[in-house]
Amino acid sequence: MLGVGALLRPKSIPTRRGTQAYECGEDPIGSAWVKFNIRFYVVAIIFIIFDVEVAAVLPVATQFKEAVLNGGAGLVFAELFLFIALLILGLIYCWVRGDLEWVKGVTLNAPKK
Amino acid sequence: MPANSALFAQSLTQWTQGTWFASVPIWVWALVSALLVIYMLALPFGGIATYVERKIAADIQDRIGPNRVGPLGIFQFAADAIKMISKEDYVPPGGDRFLFNIAPVLVVVGSCAGFVALPLAQYLVAGDINIGVFYIMAITTIIAPGILLGSWASENKWSLLGGLRSAAQIVSYEIPVALSILPVILISGSLQMGEIVKQQGWQSGHFWNVFHNPFTLIAFFILFVGGLAETNRIPFDLPEAESELVSGFNTEFSGMRFGLYALGEFVDVFVMCALVTTLFLGGWQLPFVELDKFMITLPSGLIALIQVGFFLGKTFVMVFVVMWLRWTLPRLRVDQLMGLCWKGMVPIALFNILGTAIWMWAFKGQSMLQVALGLFSGGGSSH
Repeated sequence: MLGVGALLRPKSIPTRRGTQAYECGEDPIGSAWVKFNIRFYVVAIIFIIFDVEVAAVLPVATQFKEAVLNGGAGLVFAELFLFIALLILGLIYCWVRGDLEWVKGVTLNAPKK
Repeated sequence: MPANSALFAQSLTQWTQGTWFASVPIWVWALVSALLVIYMLALPFGGIATYVERKIAADIQDRIGPNRVGPLGIFQFAADAIKMISKEDYVPPGGDRFLFNIAPVLVVVGSCAGFVALPLAQYLVAGDINIGVFYIMAITTIIAPGILLGSWASENKWSLLGGLRSAAQIVSYEIPVALSILPVILISGSLQMGEIVKQQGWQSGHFWNVFHNPFTLIAFFILFVGGLAETNRIPFDLPEAESELVSGFNTEFSGMRFGLYALGEFVDVFVMCALVTTLFLGGWQLPFVELDKFMITLPSGLIALIQVGFFLGKTFVMVFVVMWLRWTLPRLRVDQLMGLCWKGMVPIALFNILGTAIWMWAFKGQSMLQVALGLFSGGGSSH
């Protein structure tokens, strides 16, 4: 599709205005590749832990139905409960620490005098 | 299911033996089928979805909507496609050319690859992988790097802001989505899409997973809302947020590259709705009909058609709800968005899993309906 477009469309002559980054008609000041507070660094780490845990729970979860029908559900449930309890504990810890807040207090980010 | 698909493959190889089909290497077939998926399923769906969305938007806002191109404006999407193809293929000179080029492709690949594991009908699955659910969860995540790379490569502040928001959002909402899929796996004891749908039939007394127990009902809504956020739809379309960020991550994208982003989004919406349908709404299962009795009386081709019809019907109802929500709800703020995910949906989803597990344990895997029926008949017989 991209190739077909290249054959069909008229050739464009780039202009200075046309090749500028779009900032509502203003001339951009500096590069957009600046150091930037990405904010969700801790959230990303929590995400990885959660996702790995979910991936680890999946095999246990697939065995649960069979265990319920054929006995031995207690063990599987205990295992499942352990996983989930760990996750809940971790979540509470992060919550109390304030890692889940997107706005992390104005005073911390204010420029020092 | 595996036996059936193996049989099918065997008959296919027998049928093609000695003809020129057999001499074609397998990767050509893979390529052809991939092109078929993209051109026969994804593209028409994406195109028609843009048209339908504009019509729905018009109806909700009491406007007429597209009405010039063809009857009722139905060829609007074709005109849009031609326009997008003939537009200037602009790459920002300050940006990263390579990343800029591959980013939209990643989005489309991520969403189209999800099609593979979707069971359209009982014997109509491209690949009924035994880890189907996990596969879809994994492959649709490719969209996040696609958006993030595109936004970074644009060298535009709006794009960067949108892309970073998108990364935080998709990454966060992946968790409630995955956690609300777990109850379904607990119930069905399988990661295979076909198997999960099969168990939601009426004849096994199960009915759809939404109505299996109170916790799956909640899980259904969490999955749906999480899916909305994963696909960047309103009220979670912060990466685009045209009132704050111009157009978010796709500000610098023009022509067909922008088109690929839009296509990827719509296809992703479809895959997400199809996933919800498969896991919770019984996929191709007909409500209140015992499939096995049905199968004997009707030709199998007709059965497959009916099943595809029901599957697509349910999915399109979900897609319609997604579009309806878009024109009904205002956008969330970033901190509200993250708060809703981590402080609302994740804890609820975690307790859902435990709830479903306890329910399964207590009632020997029976659904609400079966338990109620059991109580009813038990109470009746004791008198």
